[in-house]
Amino acid sequence: MSKIPLNTPVLDPRIKRVDLESTYGTTSIGENEHWISWEVFHQKKRGDQHVHVGIVHAPDAQLALLFAKEQFGRRLACVNLWVTKSSDIFSFSYDDEDIFDNATAPEKQYREASGFRVMEKINRYKKSKQKA
Amino acid sequence: MYGGGYIQEEKQEATSPIDDAQKLAAFEARIDRGEKIEPHDWMPADYRKQLIRMIEQHAHSEVIGALPEGTWITRAPGFRRKLALIAKVQDEIGHAHLLYSAAETLGKSREHMINDLLTGKSKYSNVFNYPAKTWADVTVIGFLIDAGAIVNQVANSKGSYGPYCRALERICYEESFHLKQGHDAFITLATGKKAQHDMLQDALNRWWKPIMHFHGPPDKISEHTAKLMRWKVKMATNDDMRNQFLDMYVPKILEIGITIPDPNLKKNEATGQWEFSDPDWDEFKRVINGDGPCNAERLAVRQYVEEHGKWVRTAMMNPNQKVVIPFA
Repeated sequence: MSKIPLNTPVLDPRIKRVDLESTYGTTSIGENEHWISWEVFHQKKRGDQHVHVGIVHAPDAQLALLFAKEQFGRRLACVNLWVTKSSDIFSFSYDDEDIFDNATAPEKQYREASGFRVMEKINRYKKSKQKA
Repeated sequence: MYGGGYIQEEKQEATSPIDDAQKLAAFEARIDRGEKIEPHDWMPADYRKQLIRMIEQHAHSEVIGALPEGTWITRAPGFRRKLALIAKVQDEIGHAHLLYSAAETLGKSREHMINDLLTGKSKYSNVFNYPAKTWADVTVIGFLIDAGAIVNQVANSKGSYGPYCRALERICYEESFHLKQGHDAFITLATGKKAQHDMLQDALNRWWKPIMHFHGPPDKISEHTAKLMRWKVKMATNDDMRNQFLDMYVPKILEIGITIPDPNLKKNEATGQWEFSDPDWDEFKRVINGDGPCNAERLAVRQYVEEHGKWVRTAMMNPNQKVVIPFA
């Protein structure tokens, strides 16, 4: 890209002061210049779980925490944050999602509270007592 | 703040991969059931490509959108307005960060996206190629451009890609403050002294065309658009978004004695559609392709700060670290 003149008068005094054309069309970001990514976990209040809220890019854990504080602890209630490298997260593949089907399968009702009809049995018993 | 989301018609490339029919059927069935797609799911190549384009463009719009407002921080009238503007601009940069992260989960690195912004390869919302000449311009941006963006973002937050929806939920929460402070500043000028009222009217007159451009030109009714809507990448046509925006905000402009510089603007009560003069789509195309009043300045500022922050970033790089695609 060749240098082209800025065709509108620049209004901001801060921008007026710098020589914008000195870098125009010459800059690019190098590979990995934005460092690695960290997964951020946010605790809203004491007693709550830490919940995953997103990522930040940072060269180390200290800066990751600082950026996480700016990004995720700036606007919402927060008492604590965790960060961990994205590369240190292990997960199942969504291809294997069906291995979890069992968790909510209807034939597993025997381990749900709703799988037991206590009142029905009590009422049947009371009814039979009244008749007797 | 500024989800322009211009989805351009793609030329079908000869080399475009043929998607596996069985996987495609399962993918479409999942979307039809109202389920979200997650980063490591199988997805059609065109879905990935359009999402990257859209989310990336949205992220760039947040970064560039902060420039016309950021330049007014030093000159904002009063301490409270200054504080609100600083907070808003910081939010916008935070939004960009959330959006770059969502786009990264699709496999394009943040560095690559920013380079595409710097070279002009990637677009951002066209409205930011216009200057904010007075404080009234900032109030028009803060009220009406944000309002237009919220219409987009609320629609897109019901889309099919999990990370984008999650980012948008958070963004929409913060936008509610942006809109309210913009509306407040807008009303203050409209109901203030004559000079304030006139300054606002002048700003709205200059901004009306970009505002009408905001949701993009009328969609071509094509198989491609239909497919993106079926995949919940695009949630409504550009015209529908614009119509919804006009429904909500024209009354709010008129009720405080500001006029709209288009004699043909009126709602057709029979069809429920707004009618308006041709907003000059040729100008829209010219500006988005680089020939607008501020395109060069916006990119020049971005390039300047990238260049001058480079030494810090590179000094902290650790070449032994393993870069992976972020998780979610």
